[in-house]
This record gives sequence, structure tokens and C-alpha cells, in this order.
Amino acid sequence: MSSIGSDAASDFIAATPDALWPRVRRALPIAALLAAAFVGAPAVGDDYWFNAILIPFLIMALAGLGLNLLMGYAGQASLGTGAFMATGAYATYNLMLRLPELPLPASLALGGVIAGAVAVVVGLPSLRIKGFYLIATTLAAQFLLEWTFNQYGWFSNYSTSSSISAPRLVFLGYDLSSPVARYLLTLTTATVVTLVAARLVRSQTGRIWTAIRDMDTAAAVIGVPVARGKLTAFFAGGFICGVAGALWAFAYLGTVDARSFDLDRSFQAMFIIIIGGMGSIAGSFIGAAFVVLLPILLSRVAGAAFGGAVDAGQLENLQNVVFGALIIVFLIKEPQGLAALLARLGRRLSSPSRR
Amino acid sequence: MNLFRFVARLAAPLAAAATLAVSPAVAEEAKEQYFPLLTYRVGAYASSGIPGWGGIIDYFRYVNEVEGGINGVKLFWDECETEWSVEKGVECYERVKGGKNGSPVPIFLPHGDPISKALTEKSVADKLPLITTGYGRTEAIDGRVFPYSFTVMFSFWSEASSVVNYIAEQVGGKDKLKGLKIATVYHDSPYGKETQAPLELLAKTYGFENIQIPVPHPGNDQSAQWARIRQIKPDWVFLRGWGVMTPVAIKTAAKTGFPVDHIIGGIWSGSEEDVRPAGVVGKGYLAVTPFPAGQDFEILKKIRAEIVDKGKSDLKDLKSFGSVYYNFGVIEAIISVEAIRTAQKKFGVRPINGEEGQWGLEHLVLDETRLKEIGAEGLVQPLKLSAKDHEGGGSGKVLQWDGQKWNVVSKGWVASDRDLLLPLIYERAAAYAKEKGITPRSDGATN
Repeated sequence: MSSIGSDAASDFIAATPDALWPRVRRALPIAALLAAAFVGAPAVGDDYWFNAILIPFLIMALAGLGLNLLMGYAGQASLGTGAFMATGAYATYNLMLRLPELPLPASLALGGVIAGAVAVVVGLPSLRIKGFYLIATTLAAQFLLEWTFNQYGWFSNYSTSSSISAPRLVFLGYDLSSPVARYLLTLTTATVVTLVAARLVRSQTGRIWTAIRDMDTAAAVIGVPVARGKLTAFFAGGFICGVAGALWAFAYLGTVDARSFDLDRSFQAMFIIIIGGMGSIAGSFIGAAFVVLLPILLSRVAGAAFGGAVDAGQLENLQNVVFGALIIVFLIKEPQGLAALLARLGRRLSSPSRR
Repeated sequence: MNLFRFVARLAAPLAAAATLAVSPAVAEEAKEQYFPLLTYRVGAYASSGIPGWGGIIDYFRYVNEVEGGINGVKLFWDECETEWSVEKGVECYERVKGGKNGSPVPIFLPHGDPISKALTEKSVADKLPLITTGYGRTEAIDGRVFPYSFTVMFSFWSEASSVVNYIAEQVGGKDKLKGLKIATVYHDSPYGKETQAPLELLAKTYGFENIQIPVPHPGNDQSAQWARIRQIKPDWVFLRGWGVMTPVAIKTAAKTGFPVDHIIGGIWSGSEEDVRPAGVVGKGYLAVTPFPAGQDFEILKKIRAEIVDKGKSDLKDLKSFGSVYYNFGVIEAIISVEAIRTAQKKFGVRPINGEEGQWGLEHLVLDETRLKEIGAEGLVQPLKLSAKDHEGGGSGKVLQWDGQKWNVVSKGWVASDRDLLLPLIYERAAAYAKEKGITPRSDGATN
């Protein structure tokens, strides 16, 4: 946290010409990355890259980010990520279906707001209970919401299989159904949400969250509004997860039912932030890369190296073993997550050059 | 903002992964037909999957080695593991859809209900037909709205209707259904609820009492549901289970004294893997299926002689030979091969692509004569597909478990009331088309 604190402190200093350059230099890698993502990827990527790699990676990173605000920054452990994603998906679907005059970004944002509101309700018990007990109440929400969407046909417009299917994605007259367009939609959303989240965690709200996480009794004693802080964390986390859920349903898969947002999804988001780094915005992305992309990489490497030579079932089991072993190795190396590991690596690489 | 620098470092592994991605091979007069297989050999459903992949691969090997390919065009395939999960399935689809070694992909088998849903629209954009046997969206029967989805043979609606017709066969005619109580014990999921609409319509038509009893996932305690059944005393129970729910239902039924031979399982409650864990009490249990078990079908005898006995079978455990899931694989492979053969008749004897595969499927005719030639008489029901009808059959056989194996007890194929159900299915397909802004093709569309 110290690095974030010192960065934040430097942000408060007025941008004198002297202080401007380090800030620009710091912004350069992220600008380069955004340029590569917005301009480079559409130019060279194909369907496989968009549909199978980049879109699910960005969406799960977003879901991880939502949980990270809630759990990593505000310390409110939650297994309700899947439920919030489902709420966002079903809310956005119904908004698009029943209010077709709403533009797409408005439907997405409103879907997020509804998911955030549901998350606030789910978060109410957090005012009285903490830790594992809170996990249990969010778990209840996970089951209840999944059941609700499956049970009541209204949510899925009485589809035979309770599944929801994206109406045509159109924005300002552009058809967003091609893989590139869906990628750009996901990327734009992820970028905006991430930038807002990055500002948010350094704002007053973010400081309140961190104070609650570190010790809520002490925070209450010094006058931090604990109840409001917890509920805003649930709202922000639920909002981001809801947007991620809507994108998962419409930008990634096209047709989903509530099973797509089951408990496994909640665990996946939790593993993403544990592996990537709790209390780190970048950690959500790194964790998503690890959890979503590494198995694909392993499968391709295994297929290229041993395809046909080794029994297909055993090869699959072997990949799972390797994946599990990597998780253990990384967590032993750095319990704070891959973000902290990379930070250490970065410091080690950059310090000799500065000397 | 130094934390964003770590994001930048993410680019390195991504770039490394990029170099590994296989670029689509340049087409050069491919001689062999590529057929990618999505499989799940690990994960929760692996035990039901593995015999099926054995069936598919053994039939493909049989076609290659005994028949010299499809009119001389040999098949080659590779597997992509999905673990039944939708993300892995989509990744596999994107990985293989471009073809291999110059051969395009003719037909795609998603092997997983959520995967098939996620591919519904992508497959239209890519012009690649999906075959979903015994799963998938029921409305996809209307090929005018779903041009590239093929719920071949037996949809869940047909399943429900066949069960009702089998009961009618037992009680002495459809007019005797009036006043009967038929309870459906279903897995409380989108899949489990799929038969509610057709059963409601059938109950109204025939006058039986339609009772719906949900079992929450995974269904490893059903005492409440079966206590309720004891109270209601239905004449028949239609069991639409999934995974562990089926054996638990059979055991609980036996414990509460409900006669097991009046329980009829659905497609996914009707395999050896479903009933064996129930033990001795499973004796007499019934199930409806489009994949009849048995080793005595002509084609299975041939596969046994040419592939299994020569040690070329994909099966590790030869006990699965002739099981419901093995035969499911053989049947799916037969339909795929015959669709490719049909397409070859129009487009030439060469590896065909997805668009041609779709044509082949929509013009697929498997009548008694052709089935006899293949040796699949009794194994595969007669099928005739068209743009308006992507199911083509709609019949199932009812099997009974004798404690060791399944035996067919129905008089041949039990047909469903398709004339009654199709209008409702078309209505739902039209509603879907309206919601999605799809203009349905005309009936005779050949695309």
C-alpha cells in the first residue's frame, strides 16, 4: 500500500514543470499499452484472439476488479460475484428488451447500477458481521439470485430454457456484433471503469475503505463513517461486477443462462484477486491473465508438444496438475500476489540503472 | 502510477502466447476431411463423456480403415478438451473453426448445452453447422430461424411426448391416459424445466394430471420430493435427472416404496452410469433414449471385428462397448458421416466446408434401406431433415434395466406427437426471431 500512498501524495503536489516530467514518464507505459490495445490489437488480431482470448480476459479482469474493490480494498470478503454478474446481465437484458430506446452504454450502466443496488442489499449484513460469517451471507445471495433468475420466467422473457440472448448490439448506428466491435466495446468499458476505479481508491472513499479494512473499530473511533463505507464498497463492487456480467452475456457469449454465473464463477473471481494481488488494480488484470489465459496456453503447448502421442485424458489431467503447481509456487514465492511479485521484479530491474 | 507499469509487463507473456497461436493453414488441395472433436475427458462429467468419444472415434476409424473413407475421402480429427465448460468450449471452437491442413470444418459437435447456446449466433456468422443430439435449444428445430443449429433426432419436447406415448402404450391407448397422474421429477435448471411447456399441452390434450416436482442441484437428498410422491401417489414418474440426481432418485423411490418399474428416466437419466450406482434396487427401472444400448446391431458387430478386436479401439475400458453413451457416439458419428456423404453428392467428392455441410444436413435422408446398408437398423431411427425440420425423427426407444444391462422394452421406436408440438415450437422460434431481429428463411431455402 505504501507505493500507492506515495503516488497519491505526489498527485496532490501542484504540477510544476519539474514535477510534470515524472508524471508523464509514469503515464507512458499505460498510454503505450492502451494504444496497443485500441489500435494494435484490432489491426492484427483475428476472431480467435478476440472471441477466445482478449474478451474473456478483459471481462474476468473487470469482475476481479469489482471484487477487489470490495474485498481487497474494503476488506469485505464476498462469494457473491457470480450473483452480481448475473444481476447485471439479466438487468441489462431486460433494459435492452423493454426500453429499446435506451442507448447501449446507458443500458449497460443502468444494469450496473441495479447490480450495485442489489449488492448493497446483500451487503447489509456486513454492518453487523464480518469475515467468514459475511462470506456465508454473500454465499446465500449467490444461490438465491441464481435460483431466482432460473425460477421466474419474466427475467428471461419466458424463454424455453430460461436463457437470455443479446438483442442486436447497436451504438450510434454502428452494428457491434462483429468480434472486433465486441472487443472494442469490452475494452472501452474496461478502460473507463478501471480509470474511474483507480481514481476512486485514491479518493476520500478509497481511504475510508482502506481504513475499514485495516481495522474497522479504530476507523469508527476516529470518525470514519464505517457503515457508509462498507455499503459504498458493496455498491462499487456490485456495479463493476454487474457491468462485467452484462459484457460476459452479450459481448462474449451471446446467449447465457444463470448457470454461467454459478458459484464457480465467484470462486474464479476470488482466485483471480488472490493470485493477482488483493488491494491492487493491476493485480486484477494480472490475476485474470493467469487464471483465464494460462490454461489455454498450457493446452496449446501440450497439444503442440504431445498431441496424439499421449492419451488425451491424461494430457488434460497433467495440464491441471501443472496449473495447480504453478499457483502454489507463485503463492509461496509471493503471498501478496503476482502484482507484488512483479513490483519486486520491476524494482530489481530498474534500481541498477538508476545508480 | 507505477502500478500500471505492471500492466505493461503483461504484454510480454501475451506476445509469447501470440507466437504459439496456430495461423490457419493455406488451403492446397486437401485430400482428407478434417473433423474436430470437442471432448471432456476430465471434470465432473468425464465418466459419461469418455465412452461417447470412444464411439465416435471407433466409427471414424471403421470408416477410414474398412470403407476407405467417405467415398475415398478419409477423415482425420483432433480433440480439444472443454471440461464441459463454456469458456473452454468457445476457445476450442475458435481454435478449430478455420480448419486444418487445408481442410475446412464440415460439422461441429459442441458436446455441452451451454457451449451450444454460446455458439448459436457465432456459428451462423461462421457458416458452420452445429449438431446437438439430445440437448440444445428446442426451438432450433425451426431451421428457418436457426439455419446452423441442428437438434437432430430427439429434442426434450419429443422426449416428454414419447414418454407419454409409451405410458399410453402400456395402459392400452391414448384414450386411457385420461385421469392418470404423471409426476415429473426434474433437475431444477433450465434443462430440467424444458419439458414443462410440452407436458402442459399434452396434459390438456389427453386429460392426464401433470405434476411437476423440482429437485435442486445436485440432488443428493430427495427425501422431501419422494415423500410428496408417496402422498400424491402418481401412476407414473418421469425422471429428468442429471448426474448424481438419477441414482439417488431411484434409491429414494425404492426406499419410499414407489415401484421402480413405473419410473421412466429421460435421455440424461438413462445410461449405465446413471443406474449402476443405485445397485440392486435399480432393477426394472425404465428410460427413454434415442441411443439404444446393445452390441448386436450390425454396425457394432463390424466395429467389434474390425476395430475393437484388433486393439484399435479408443476405449480404455472395453466394458463400455455397446453402452448407451458408446452408442450415442456411434450414432452421432453416423449422422455426421452421412451428412458429409450427402453434401459430397452435390458439391463433389472432396473435403467439404461448413456451408456445404449445412446443405448436407438439411438434405439428409436416412431411410430404412440406407440404415440397413450402414448396419444401423434399430440403432438409428429413420431421419429426414429439412430447412423447416432440423429434428427429423422425434422418436425414442424405452429401455429397461435388468440389473446388468439395458434391454429394449418398447415396440420399436416410440414416436412423439410432433404434429401437436411443432406449431408451438414454431411459435417460440418466431418469437425468438422477432426479439433478435432475424428474418426467417423461406421453407424451401437451400442456402
